[in-house]
Amino acid sequence: MATLTEAPPPLSPTAPEKKPPRRRGRFTPYWLLLPGILWLLVFFALPMIYQASTSVQTGSLETGYKVTWHFATYWDALADYWPQFLRSILYAGAATILCLVLGYPLAYLIAFRAGRWRNLIMVLVIAPFFTSFLIRTLAWKTILADGGPVVGALNSLHVLDVTSWLGWTTGDRVLATPLAVVCGLTYNFLPFMILPLYTSLERIDGRLHEAAGDLYAKPVTTFRKVTFPLSMPGVVSGTLLTFIPAAGDYVNAELLGSTDTRMIGNVIQTQFLRILDYPTAAALSFILMAAILLMVTFYIRKSGTEDLV
Amino acid sequence: MITVTNKNTETGGDVRLSGISKTYDNGFTAVQPLDLTVPQGSFFALLGASGCGKTTTLRMIAGLEEPTTGTVHLGDQEVTRLPPYKRPVNTVFQSYALFPHLDIFENVAFGLRRRGIKSVKKQVEDMLELVQLGEQARKKPHQLSGGQQQRVAVARALINTPKVLLLDEPLGALDLKLRRQMQLELKRIQTEVGITFVHVTHDQEEAMTMADTVAVMNAGRVEQLGSPTDLYENPNTTFVANFLGTSNLIEAEVDSRSGGEIVLKAGGGKLVLPEARYAGPTTTGGKVLVGVRPEKIALTHADEAGEIPVGRNRITGKIADSSFIGVSTQYVIDSPVCPEFEVYAQNIDRDDRLVPGAEVVLHWNPAHTFGLDADQDIDAGIQEEATV
Repeated sequence: MATLTEAPPPLSPTAPEKKPPRRRGRFTPYWLLLPGILWLLVFFALPMIYQASTSVQTGSLETGYKVTWHFATYWDALADYWPQFLRSILYAGAATILCLVLGYPLAYLIAFRAGRWRNLIMVLVIAPFFTSFLIRTLAWKTILADGGPVVGALNSLHVLDVTSWLGWTTGDRVLATPLAVVCGLTYNFLPFMILPLYTSLERIDGRLHEAAGDLYAKPVTTFRKVTFPLSMPGVVSGTLLTFIPAAGDYVNAELLGSTDTRMIGNVIQTQFLRILDYPTAAALSFILMAAILLMVTFYIRKSGTEDLV
Repeated sequence: MITVTNKNTETGGDVRLSGISKTYDNGFTAVQPLDLTVPQGSFFALLGASGCGKTTTLRMIAGLEEPTTGTVHLGDQEVTRLPPYKRPVNTVFQSYALFPHLDIFENVAFGLRRRGIKSVKKQVEDMLELVQLGEQARKKPHQLSGGQQQRVAVARALINTPKVLLLDEPLGALDLKLRRQMQLELKRIQTEVGITFVHVTHDQEEAMTMADTVAVMNAGRVEQLGSPTDLYENPNTTFVANFLGTSNLIEAEVDSRSGGEIVLKAGGGKLVLPEARYAGPTTTGGKVLVGVRPEKIALTHADEAGEIPVGRNRITGKIADSSFIGVSTQYVIDSPVCPEFEVYAQNIDRDDRLVPGAEVVLHWNPAHTFGLDADQDIDAGIQEEATV
């Protein structure tokens, strides 16, 4: 008896067995990486090695510098310039907090309330980048000029009395004081805070707000328990993008500050370009880098953002 | 065991909507003035195609949308102007809206904590037990499957023992098999806790499976409200007839009336319609839409037309298409009175002659015939269902 145990044969004969074709594009990812790696190598790794070697050299401009593994440069640099280090961290920290306080409400507004104005506000946030960093900082010099309208207003409101008492300003001057430097830093780095904040806020599903409200959370509680925790990735990247460049900045202290507000960036700049003490400058750069790396690692660990979706 | 009980008494959980409507700023009216009462403890479904206003109605009960006119009462309490966080109502959101940064336990505990309840552990654990997720308490929502997330959403809302639980297309994101399972699960939970459920869905089968009462909505209005059987057997409008299951609608003309029956002319033949199943005017010569459900119809080959008992409504036609789907065979019949007459025949005794091209007689018990006002669009509700 013929029983049907096989499916009927396919209509066309199967093609003869072929070797599977060699998977093409296996190396594509590496080719794509190549330009980036080359760039990093030439403009980051090599200068780093060069600077590292510079930092352990001794000598003078006349006799030339030689690698003598003179690590004492590091200790000397730290001993001589620790106040500037501390000041950098303090100013950068203050500017970062100010950026967060100013930037968060704006980012929140753009993400949830701006409606059709969203794009316009975004353009306004980025607009300052159309002029040079230097020009913008110089403009603050005019804004905070002695006897100018801003200083006059602050003076008549007795704000300067308070800030002078706190040591942020001196007398009826704002320019050439810590306040001016921190203001400059805040202004210049504010967009770097707003953009990541906006990105992470914008990603939050609006229905989560509704769900929180539905589950008896008042608007304030919804913010505290849902919105803010979910915006943590933005807060972390925003503070890093603000703090790191602010700590190494020297333009604001140079243009808006005085000799009493010198930050570590100013010291490095002077060492490199005026005093021409390359080893000290290189050592200072490395200390700054290490300090920032350490603080950032600690901060990321603390904020626990790796746990966020 | 399950310790979730409903502390609301008698009318405490009635939802009363009076003259409620919603018109958006752009002038679009999502919900026309609507009166609706959902009795305490019932499982109520708002059924309709997308854009019919069912979700807007639900959101007005939740307080997520402010009505343009009308009032919302929960029991004796007017809540029309109350913000959502002050209403004794909880919602299971479409796609769940679980808090991604909180684990399952904290998601479920969220509502209790907001109301200042300190010792939530026991309650949360019991609730997770009820939805069979006890093991998953410390996982984050994204680590769960769709069905599990759905149950967390239900647990998170139910734990607050709301007066009313609102479900906004809660099963829409699940695959078919899981959806069937969750339908029964939700029904079980509802019976167990006795809380009023208001369920929004576009899936007529889902609404009929789960709800005690279904309100069919169309273009911001409730077309008809009733039990699933009632809606299916006695649709009031062509929209309901076509949206809930399939209906064959025939345009006919009143011929005469006698003894509780209306005799109608359709094509060359006569059809009988019980008077009780038609609410419209019956002047002789007036137009009526005659409806019959596909599963009520028997199919006989034209050669044996003589064997059909007398007194049955009958129509002749030719089989245009047939598809065998296991329990039944679905035929499309080309008939002079209705171009695409659908018939579902149980596969008990299959007649091999019933293949496309065969001449057949369709016949059914006149009691299964319903009548609709002929002033309506005969195709209303068909497109919407096809896109689901």
